[in-house]
Amino acid sequence: MRELSAKQIHEKIIAKEITATAVCEAALQRIHSTDSQVKAFLAVDEQGALAAAKAVDRKLAKNEPVGPLAGVPIALKDNLCTKGFPTTCASKILAGWKPPYQATVVERVRAADAVPVGKVNMDEFAMGSSCENSAFFPSNNPWNQECVSGGSSGGSAVAVASGMVPLALGSDTGGSIRQPASLCGIVGIKPTYGRVSRYGLIAYASSLDQIGPLAQSVEDAAMLLQVIAGCDQKDSTCTDMAVPNYTEQMQSGIKGLTIGLPQEYFSEGLDPEVKAAVEQAKQVLQDAGARLVEVTLPHTEYSLATYYLIATAEASSNLARYDGVQYGLRAEADNLIAMYKATRAQGFGAEVKRRIMLGTYALSAGYYDAYYKKALQVRTLIQRDFTEAFNKCDIILTPTSPTVAFRRGEKTEDPLAMYLSDIYTISANLTGLPGISIPCGFNSEGLPIGLQLIGKVFDEQMLLRTAQTYQSHTDWHTKRPILA
Amino acid sequence: MSQDYEIVIGLEVHVELSTASKIFCGCPTTFGAEPNTQVCPVCLGLPGTLPVLNQQVLTFAIRAALACNCQIAQHTKFDRKNYFYPDLPKAYQISQYDMPLAEHGSISIDTTQGEKSIGITRVHLEEDAGKLVHQSQGGQIGTAASSLADYNRTGVPLIEIVSEPDLRSADEAYAYLTALKEILLYTKVSDCNMEEGSLRCDANISVRPRGQEALGTKAELKNMNSFKNIRDAIEYEAKRQIRVLEEGGKVEQETRLWDADKGTSHSMRSKEEAHDYRYFPEPDLPVVYLSEKMIADQQQQLPEMPQARRHRFQKEYGLSEYDAGVCTMSPAMAEYFEDAAKKAVSAKVSAKTVCNWITVELQGKLKADGKEISNSPIASGQMAELTRLIERGKISGKMGKDVFADMYVTGKDPEVIVQEKGLSQISNSDEILKMVAAIIAANPNPVAEYKSGKTQTIGFLVGQVMKASQGQANPKLVNQILRDCLDKNI
Ligand SMILES: [Zn+2]
Repeated sequence: MRELSAKQIHEKIIAKEITATAVCEAALQRIHSTDSQVKAFLAVDEQGALAAAKAVDRKLAKNEPVGPLAGVPIALKDNLCTKGFPTTCASKILAGWKPPYQATVVERVRAADAVPVGKVNMDEFAMGSSCENSAFFPSNNPWNQECVSGGSSGGSAVAVASGMVPLALGSDTGGSIRQPASLCGIVGIKPTYGRVSRYGLIAYASSLDQIGPLAQSVEDAAMLLQVIAGCDQKDSTCTDMAVPNYTEQMQSGIKGLTIGLPQEYFSEGLDPEVKAAVEQAKQVLQDAGARLVEVTLPHTEYSLATYYLIATAEASSNLARYDGVQYGLRAEADNLIAMYKATRAQGFGAEVKRRIMLGTYALSAGYYDAYYKKALQVRTLIQRDFTEAFNKCDIILTPTSPTVAFRRGEKTEDPLAMYLSDIYTISANLTGLPGISIPCGFNSEGLPIGLQLIGKVFDEQMLLRTAQTYQSHTDWHTKRPILA
Repeated sequence: MSQDYEIVIGLEVHVELSTASKIFCGCPTTFGAEPNTQVCPVCLGLPGTLPVLNQQVLTFAIRAALACNCQIAQHTKFDRKNYFYPDLPKAYQISQYDMPLAEHGSISIDTTQGEKSIGITRVHLEEDAGKLVHQSQGGQIGTAASSLADYNRTGVPLIEIVSEPDLRSADEAYAYLTALKEILLYTKVSDCNMEEGSLRCDANISVRPRGQEALGTKAELKNMNSFKNIRDAIEYEAKRQIRVLEEGGKVEQETRLWDADKGTSHSMRSKEEAHDYRYFPEPDLPVVYLSEKMIADQQQQLPEMPQARRHRFQKEYGLSEYDAGVCTMSPAMAEYFEDAAKKAVSAKVSAKTVCNWITVELQGKLKADGKEISNSPIASGQMAELTRLIERGKISGKMGKDVFADMYVTGKDPEVIVQEKGLSQISNSDEILKMVAAIIAANPNPVAEYKSGKTQTIGFLVGQVMKASQGQANPKLVNQILRDCLDKNI
C-alpha cells in the first residue's frame, strides 16, 4: 500500500479493486507500526477515519458519485481546525481544545471524500524550522532519526515521507511546507497568497500564512491543491479568481520556458552538496528544453529581517487571544492580570514567547516607524525585485534550504542559525508568490535535498508543469526511507 | 480675583449602527437576548476565524458620515487596536486608525447666540466589545469573586464620530449631542438609544484663560450615560480644572470616570498609564475601495436634515420656532406632520391649526400612553380631516376634542364619528334664529338685564341656546344672532 500514490489509491478504490476501508486500515496499521520511530502524529482519529472510509465504500456500493480524493488517507497539520477533534497548534495553551467548527480546507478535503486520519505535529504555532518547538515532542526525519524533520509542518512531511499517508496538508508562513518537504525528500507546495482559504487555519502571521499540500509526487500534490484551492466567502483575502485545472497541462513539457537563477541564492551559506544537486537539476531542466538566465533579486539580504519583523508583529496580535478567558489553558491566579501572565507564561514555549516579544516591540510607540513600517517598505522593494526578475523569466529556480536536515538540538540554542534555514523560502511569503519544493538528490549521508521553484502570481500551473517535467526525467521522488 | 476662563470641549461619540447583523459575521444584533446566544466562532474570536465585512455596515456608515457633511475616503482600511480585556475575545479590536472612512465634516447647532458650526474630525468604523457582569456588590472587577462575559454585543458595528475641539460650554456640548442624535435618527442608521448603549460619549475637556490661543491640558471623561450626565460632568470637570489652575496647580493629562450618583469624577488612569494600542493594519481585511456610485447612492438616501427641515417648516407652514422644533424632533414626527399639513393646506386649512392638534392633543395622548408617533392610532390624513371639520365650522372645537378621543380609540374617520354620533354642528341661521327667539321669550329677566346695559348676561343666554340645541348649534352663530335680536329689539 505504501508504494501506491494518492492517485493510484483513488483509482483502485473507484475501480473497486480495493475498499477505502482496507486502505484506511492499512494506513492506521502503518501509523501504529511506524509512528513511534518518527513521531509525526499528535492525535490519530481512528474512529473518524474509519467512518469516513466506510462512507466512501457505501457510496461506491450504491454507485453514487464520489469525490476526487475518495478513499485517500490524509494527515492534517494541527493548526487546521477540525470540528470536535482536538486542535492544539502543538501548544500547551490549546491542549484539549476542540474547535466547534471546521476549517474550510478540512471541509473541502472531506467533501472530496478524502479520509483524514489525524492531526500531525508542528512547531508550536508554526514558529520554527525543525519541529523541535512542538510543546509535545519533536518529529524525526525518516531518513535519519537523529535528524530533524524540518518545520514547521514537520509532522505533515514525516507522515508522507514515512509512507503513513500519501497526502498531508501543511501551512507555510516562511517556508514551513517547502523546507520540511525538502528535508524529508517529498513534494510541498506553498500556493499564491489568496489561492487557498485560510479560514480555520490558526493564524501565525496572517499576511504570510498559506495552506498547501505535501505529497510524494507532483501529481498527487496537484490533485490535493485542486481540491483546496478557490474562493471562500469566509476569507476576504482569498481570491475569487477561477481555479484552473492543474493536472491538465502538467505533461506538456517546458520547451522554450525561461528559468531565472537569482545569483543571491547561490552564494555563501549554501552547503556545497546542496549546491551541486541544484546545479544538476538546472542541467536536467535545460536538457528538457528550458532556457536558463541569470536574474538578480538585490534586496534578498533584507528578507530575513523583514520577515521577522512582519511575522512577529502579526503574531504578537494573533496570539494575544490566548489569555485564559474563553478556552484553552487557564492558570489560577488572584486577579485578572496575574491570571493573564501565569496562563501565557505556562502555556507558551520559549520560541513563541520570543516572537511575541519581538513583535510587540516592533509595533510599540516610538519603534513602529523604525521597525514595522520600515519592514513594510522593504517588503514592497522585495516584491518589486521579483516583478522585475519575472520580466526576464517565467519561473525562478533556487535551492529550498541551504542545508540538508540537521541534527536534533544542533540549532536550538542559536535562533538566528535556525532562522537561516528559511533564507530561500521567505521571499515567496513576503511577495505572496507560489513556490514548490521537489526532491533533487541526496547528500553523501543519504539525506534528501530539495529544489525550489517560485512562480508568477497565481501561476501554480507553470510550477506544476516544470516540477512534473523534472520528475519525469528523474527518480528522486520514488526513493523511500527504510523504516522498520 | 478670578480670571475669565474659556472651556474647550471635543466629543467622541460611539454609535451602534442598527444593521440586522454584526460587522464581521452573520450574527444578529438584537438587544437584550439571553447571554451568549448571538455568537459564532467569528465574533467569539476563536482561533482560525476571519472577519468578513458586512456591506450594509459600510453603507450605513457612509450615509451617517455624509449626513455629518464629511468627505468620504476613496480607500479606507481597518487596523487592529491591541489590548487585553476579558470582554475583547481576540485581545484586539478591529478599528480604523490612519485611513478612516470619512473626515472633514461639520454639523450646525443652535446656540443662544444663533447657529454655530462644529467641526467633525473623522468618522470611522469599529466593532463593539462584549459585556462583563462582575459577581460582586459594587459590580467592580477588582472586588468581584468572579465575572461573567456576555459576547452578544461583541462585533456589533459602531461608528466613532470625533468632533473638533469647537465646543465652548456644557450647553453647547448638549446641543451638539442633540443635533447629532437627531441627524443619526433621521438617517435611520441607529436608534441612538443611550439606555441600551447604542450611543456612548467620551469628552475631552480643557480650560484656558480667555484670549489665550494655546489649548490647556485636557482630561478625558468617560462613563456618562445620559445627555444630562454629560452636561453635568463637563460642568464639574471645567470647574475642577479652573479651581486647580486658580490654586496655582497644573491640570494633569488623565482619563477620569464620571460618577453620576455622587456627581463627581475620579481619576482612572494617568498619561503614563495610558495604553500603547500598537495599531497596525488588519491583515485579514483587504483595503476597501469606496466607489463614487456607492457614495452617490447613499447621498440619495439622505433625508432632509432636521435643522434644515425645522427652518423650512417655519417658513413654509408658518410654524413658530418652538412648534417647528416639536414637529421635527424625530423623522417619524416630521413626516407625520408634513403629511397632515400638506393635506390640510390643500383643503385650505391652516397648517398651524393642524400643528396645534398634533403637538398638543395627539402628542399629549401618545406620551401619556408611552407610544411613539409611528404607532399613532390616528393617521396623519385623519388629523388633517379633523382640523378641516373644525375650521369649516362643521363641528365646534369642543366637539373636536370628543371626536379626537373617539378617533384615538377606534381609529375611525372623523366624519364617520360625527355622523354616527349626530354631532354635526347646526350652522343654519334660520334654525338658530328659531331657538334664539324661544330662549328670549322664555327668559324675560336676563333679557331685561342685558338691555339695561348688563351685557355679560349674554353668556347665560348663549348657554341656554346651546343647551336647547344639545350642544350642536354653532356657538359663534348663536352669539351673533342672539346679539342681533337683542340689539334690534331696543
Ligand atoms: Zn458572530
